[in-house]
Amino acid sequence: MAKFKKKASKTSQAISTASLPDIVFMLLFFFMTVTTMKEIDLKVIIQKPQATEVKKLENKSLVKYVNIGPPIKRFQAKFGQEAIIQLNDQFAKVRDIGPWVNAERVKMDASNRAKMTTALKVDKTTKMGVVTDVKQELRKAKALKITYIADKTTKSNF
Amino acid sequence: MARRPLQEINAGSMADIAFLLLIFFLVTTTMNTNNGLQRTLPPFDEKKMEKPPEVKERNVMVVLVNKDNIIAIKGRPIALNKITEKAKEFLSNPQRSENLPEVNYKDIPIIGNYPVSAGIISLQTDRNTSYEKYLQVQNELARAVNELRDEKSREVFGISFEDLEEEKKDAVSKAIPFSISEAEPRKMTQSGG
Repeated sequence: MAKFKKKASKTSQAISTASLPDIVFMLLFFFMTVTTMKEIDLKVIIQKPQATEVKKLENKSLVKYVNIGPPIKRFQAKFGQEAIIQLNDQFAKVRDIGPWVNAERVKMDASNRAKMTTALKVDKTTKMGVVTDVKQELRKAKALKITYIADKTTKSNF
Repeated sequence: MARRPLQEINAGSMADIAFLLLIFFLVTTTMNTNNGLQRTLPPFDEKKMEKPPEVKERNVMVVLVNKDNIIAIKGRPIALNKITEKAKEFLSNPQRSENLPEVNYKDIPIIGNYPVSAGIISLQTDRNTSYEKYLQVQNELARAVNELRDEKSREVFGISFEDLEEEKKDAVSKAIPFSISEAEPRKMTQSGG
């Protein structure tokens, strides 16, 4: 009965890891291309509203963000719970919008300045008063292209 | 001088280096892409603010959202899901009704002579209106324009607006302009009703 004796399995062959760097590099390049460094820490809570007709924001370097929302917990003692404006890393007042727009504009290439878009990233519980004030300041600063940031949803709001 | 044989560089650590970089980018990656409703604000002009350009009453549809987030069109309360329909009727004026906006025949490339609506939708809010409601209304109005453009595109070119070439898109956009005014806030009474 020893006819079907199994062949003693040879020493298990090691899987070749020669292609591992290739695979890893592939992943690496993927992540390098899709990476956008997180530029700022949000100090305001922003729950984006939902909308169906939104368009994707093209060309991220041309988009400047104005964040409006209630401050996060650790700033609430100091700033209260009312919606507040955050520009770059700092809290700001409505009157700071104009100088901020100009500063951001100067940082850009001259050819791109006209294409600058201001994105209003506003918490959905915010009252329109502050948003309207910001819009007026943007108009005075001639930053006329704006975008209301919203999450894309396919279902309607009702 | 004895020449040393060319030694191969050991590529074994390549994977380690690549992994290190990979992990770095994995950690720093934020993949959120932002979506938004794009609008253009009117230029700030003090002269015009004192004396706004006169527009015939039939050409303006005032959409009002008051402090209690109640929506009204021309003074009548309206549900959110009826706005699109109303705005489409206003902007297209299919029956050429006297109460709805005038149309001006204009030469549009590709499409030809087309009755362009003179209607403007003006969205006004109170300082206490919630931003969410405002954006929902904006969204509904945008939907009205997008649907009108899509219908026109299907009628003329047989395909949806999204699939059109850039040139044709421009033509349709000219025929059906995006006429939602972002004009200045009107000072509203404190007691909304």
